[in-house]
Amino acid sequence: MTTYAAERPLLPAWRGLIGFNMFTALALGAGGWFLGAWIGGQIAVGNDYLIATDQNDVGILMGYLFGLIGWLGGLGFFNYPVSRLLGRPATVREKESGGAARYFTLCTDHKVVGIQYFFGVGIFFFIGGLNAMLMRTELLRPVERAWPAGQYLSLMSLHGTMMIMMTSAFILGPFGNYFVPLMIGARRMAFPRIEALTFWLVPPAGLILLSAIAFGGIPTGWTGYAPLGTEGRSGMDAYIFAFMLIGLSLTLTGINLLTTILTMRAPGLTWTRLPIFVWGVLSTSILMALAAPVLIAALLMELMDRAANTSFYLTSSGGSPYLYENLFWFFGHPEVYILALPGFGIVLEILPVFARKPLWGYKLAVAGMLGVTFLSFMVWQHHLFVSGMNSGLRPFYMLTTELISIPTGFIFLNAMGTLWHGRIRFTVPMLFALAFFFNFLIGGLSGIFLSDVPSDVTTHGSYFVMAHFHYTIMGGLVFAFFAAVYYWLPKMTGVVLNERLGKIHFWLMFVFFNLTFFPLFAAGFLDMPRRVSTYAPSLQTLNDFVSASAFVLGSSMLIFIANLIYSLVFARIPAAENPWASRGLEWQVPTPVPLENFERIPIVNSGPYEYGVEGAPPTATLGPVAVPAAGS
Amino acid sequence: MTIPHTEVGPARVPRHWLRMVVIWAVLSAVAIPLIVLVLGPHLPPGRMTSEAGSQRDANTLMTALLAPIVVSVLVFFLYSIVAFRERGAAIVDGPPLRGHVPMQTAWVLFTSVIVVALAAWGSYTLIVSSHGAGGGQGPDPVAVPSHRSQDLVVQVIGQQWNWTYRFPAYQDVETDHLELPNHSPIEFHVTSLDVTHSFWAYQLGVKADAVPGVDNVAFVHTRDDGNFNIRCAELCGLWHGHMFQTGNVVTPVAFKSWISSEQKAEAPNLRYLPPFGRTYFPAPFRRAG
Amino acid sequence: MNRAGRVLAVSAGIAFAAALTAYYIVSYLMMTPPSVAASGSAPRARLTLQTVASLGFKPHPDWVSYLAKNPQGKWVHGTILKVPAHSLVTVTIYQYDTATGLRNPFWGGFHGTVGPVTVNGKAIKTLDPSLASHTFAIPDLGVSVPLKGVADKAPNQCSVAPCTLAEAHNTIVFTFRTGKRGTFRWQCFVPCAAGFILGFGGPMQSLGYMDGLLEVV
Repeated sequence: MTTYAAERPLLPAWRGLIGFNMFTALALGAGGWFLGAWIGGQIAVGNDYLIATDQNDVGILMGYLFGLIGWLGGLGFFNYPVSRLLGRPATVREKESGGAARYFTLCTDHKVVGIQYFFGVGIFFFIGGLNAMLMRTELLRPVERAWPAGQYLSLMSLHGTMMIMMTSAFILGPFGNYFVPLMIGARRMAFPRIEALTFWLVPPAGLILLSAIAFGGIPTGWTGYAPLGTEGRSGMDAYIFAFMLIGLSLTLTGINLLTTILTMRAPGLTWTRLPIFVWGVLSTSILMALAAPVLIAALLMELMDRAANTSFYLTSSGGSPYLYENLFWFFGHPEVYILALPGFGIVLEILPVFARKPLWGYKLAVAGMLGVTFLSFMVWQHHLFVSGMNSGLRPFYMLTTELISIPTGFIFLNAMGTLWHGRIRFTVPMLFALAFFFNFLIGGLSGIFLSDVPSDVTTHGSYFVMAHFHYTIMGGLVFAFFAAVYYWLPKMTGVVLNERLGKIHFWLMFVFFNLTFFPLFAAGFLDMPRRVSTYAPSLQTLNDFVSASAFVLGSSMLIFIANLIYSLVFARIPAAENPWASRGLEWQVPTPVPLENFERIPIVNSGPYEYGVEGAPPTATLGPVAVPAAGS
Repeated sequence: MTIPHTEVGPARVPRHWLRMVVIWAVLSAVAIPLIVLVLGPHLPPGRMTSEAGSQRDANTLMTALLAPIVVSVLVFFLYSIVAFRERGAAIVDGPPLRGHVPMQTAWVLFTSVIVVALAAWGSYTLIVSSHGAGGGQGPDPVAVPSHRSQDLVVQVIGQQWNWTYRFPAYQDVETDHLELPNHSPIEFHVTSLDVTHSFWAYQLGVKADAVPGVDNVAFVHTRDDGNFNIRCAELCGLWHGHMFQTGNVVTPVAFKSWISSEQKAEAPNLRYLPPFGRTYFPAPFRRAG
Repeated sequence: MNRAGRVLAVSAGIAFAAALTAYYIVSYLMMTPPSVAASGSAPRARLTLQTVASLGFKPHPDWVSYLAKNPQGKWVHGTILKVPAHSLVTVTIYQYDTATGLRNPFWGGFHGTVGPVTVNGKAIKTLDPSLASHTFAIPDLGVSVPLKGVADKAPNQCSVAPCTLAEAHNTIVFTFRTGKRGTFRWQCFVPCAAGFILGFGGPMQSLGYMDGLLEVV
């Protein structure tokens, strides 16, 4: 099998740093920042409102823009368009750069992008987690002791925004990019260079978001409501710019995956044989492609209000804060399902493997996912039940919101049917997948309280909401993410993750996740609003308990990191090609996966969940002749 | 259907169901009375107003209704993973069950009925029986109490970072503390002077966003005397968490004497207040240095 | 370098970057203005503050700000004020900024003060809200006092903090009573943050400028 193109001549190690790679990109990005800030400074000359504030929003935004251009140029994103303009032939040569260096460059191999996403998004996820630990430190006391109120708000906003930005691509980034082509029998994604772009927009977005605290922080939380965001300091520019980059990345990811799944499935891979994870990715892609552009538009208008004196969201000049709320939640609610649906896909993909049974009610699961996709565009005003907007429409949004629990319920029915009389093995991925259902049950049903207007009047804007969405996002998505990590990392890296450490990680995370967030339902019921650095002294015991649990929850992540480093660097036990005896097509290829995945496009013979079916043919024919594939 | 690869005889299959149903029935029979009788009276937001009462009823009913559903799913999951756990080293496939159409249909119908019933009941409470359930309804409320003209109108003004209140029935006097008469219909008109806030009077069961340029109306009918907490439920900047006040529901006599003492105290300042309006439009100016 | 060594080096680099990020975030969180104690002790204490239109020095030379006088008589750029519990605190504010006007005229009245409020030695009952330059308000104690701005055309206006008594100013004196111990926020209700939309960004939302904490000890 070909692995990588011809070995390059040996050069000194430092020579590897020169060329189109992340380090050049960082240098050019920094240079672009200074250039842009200087240009912005020239624009601001004589502009009273830009100078009086001791902040120049135009300069900062120009800095980010030029920094981004420098970053992308340093990575070599302009090489291909320029060479095409010069009339050179089209290639995807970026794929062929070899060795570990390709993880730091523009690489069009979907497997490299998957690994890049895994580490890139993971690092920012842990920074977001660190913020959560610092927030819980503040909340040990009912008055501000550890950090001042303003800094606490920034910290909270940074946590929320970072987590939403990074977890939006938490599963589609690493696993969607890596495994969708493998699962549908393709050699690459439909748009490999756009795929690389979607990843390389993520690090600048994360760094720009972090830069907010150098410019006065973010006072608004992840929602960035106008006009609060309009009056905030320049940290808001960082928030807007970073979130817009992520919006762009999500849109492109959605379009890319959608096109790939629609057009590049191997022969024989009919819609009813498509792995359920791919269905989850497909429905998520629809949401991303349709919802994320609305976010970009909403944020662009806020940016204009801040830097160009427009008034889209300013009441007395004819704008309306409702416009922002509508646009934001028109993105924001599908976004919640962008987070949830890949999780559904993962757990339903994993359950059959470890219950050794076909996925029970496959078509119902597909209907559930598509139903959620469809309905999620019709519910956004349930975030605005008490806002005073369209109060006559509240029964409609109450109904649509509660209807969403029907397709979500399908997923539970699929899981229950799959477990029934299965041969259930408690591997680490299976434990995470099962915990997903426990957490999502509580998260989903607590959502019913929020969808019912009389009940929502009590709970809206309180810690109840906060507990609810942490149960669905952290308890759902993050648990599904770890299920996927333990399930697929042996294929991605070629080594086995330590199972004992994995189980310790699981039990600590599962127990202390629940001990952290379940009491917060009570805090919300007991009159504690979200996003506060001070609370009623009577709630101190509850909050201290939550903080203590949160610290253990945070340290369970350190166990995961320790496991990752131990297994990947020190132990390096080679993984079998198909350690779980899965029928999935992605497990039928060798480890490490060859450059072009398949020597020839496979012919799919049956669905991926034919466990226990006597006489079921191998999932796919891989070789030039009809030889049964290895491991089935 | 034949079930290959399994030692579990067909005779044992019904017993799984029986056990699960028994466990579920016992747990639900314990949980529902506990929720209704023990937890229910402690659920928020209390009964200081009729709207708060309807919210508590909603919270109680929903907790009681969701408990057996949670229990059923959990019992099924826990029972299955205990009963069907495989400990052996060899990987053995289970029976290839692909689905069961009657059961799937029943599940879809069952969840649909619950969901639609919940939405219908929630809409009934919201529109008919509870006049908006204390939530903000915007400038043109759809759920209006029958004797609206007798309401005591209280304008709530949110600003960074405090609440003030205007009483158009009492010479438009403005106060920074809220007292309300007991057993009276109250009509809150919530607005803001700068950014979006949310007026949350916890024990009254009122929550209404204070949006600049918007008159957000919420109705409540107070019952007994007591204190209530007022918070801001929408992030509004630095001191969002400190927008806290304690209000009182008092007898009409005590309310009258309070408001007349406020009128006296605020008399020197009264001429500077703008005429009472549904909304106020402070300019979004940028004052140059 | 072998593969394990390289991976280890990369992990070490990532760990280093994570430590830098943690340091970056935590050092941001640790920024607090200095605290200033009131002079005198229970049951009577004295606070002396001034407000300036522009601070004149880094990090925000153009921001409007409060300053406080410490017991040694030195002006400190800090708004965390320590006062004794169960005491009468007399506050003297030298007000050097021009008027902006109150967004909510309600705060033109005096609330929560004990005895008369004097402006340049004259007792007054309320202030025309359009003349207000700032307010000194502790909402949790019910205290709110508007501060009269100096005339726009007054000669000899102060431009760099700390301002001296030779420059144009109004002197506002009032007394309030502290109760039990605790920490309370205080703030200004005048939208006086120049250049920010709604006048309420920047200094209006930053501890050390137009916001502070009152530590009752």
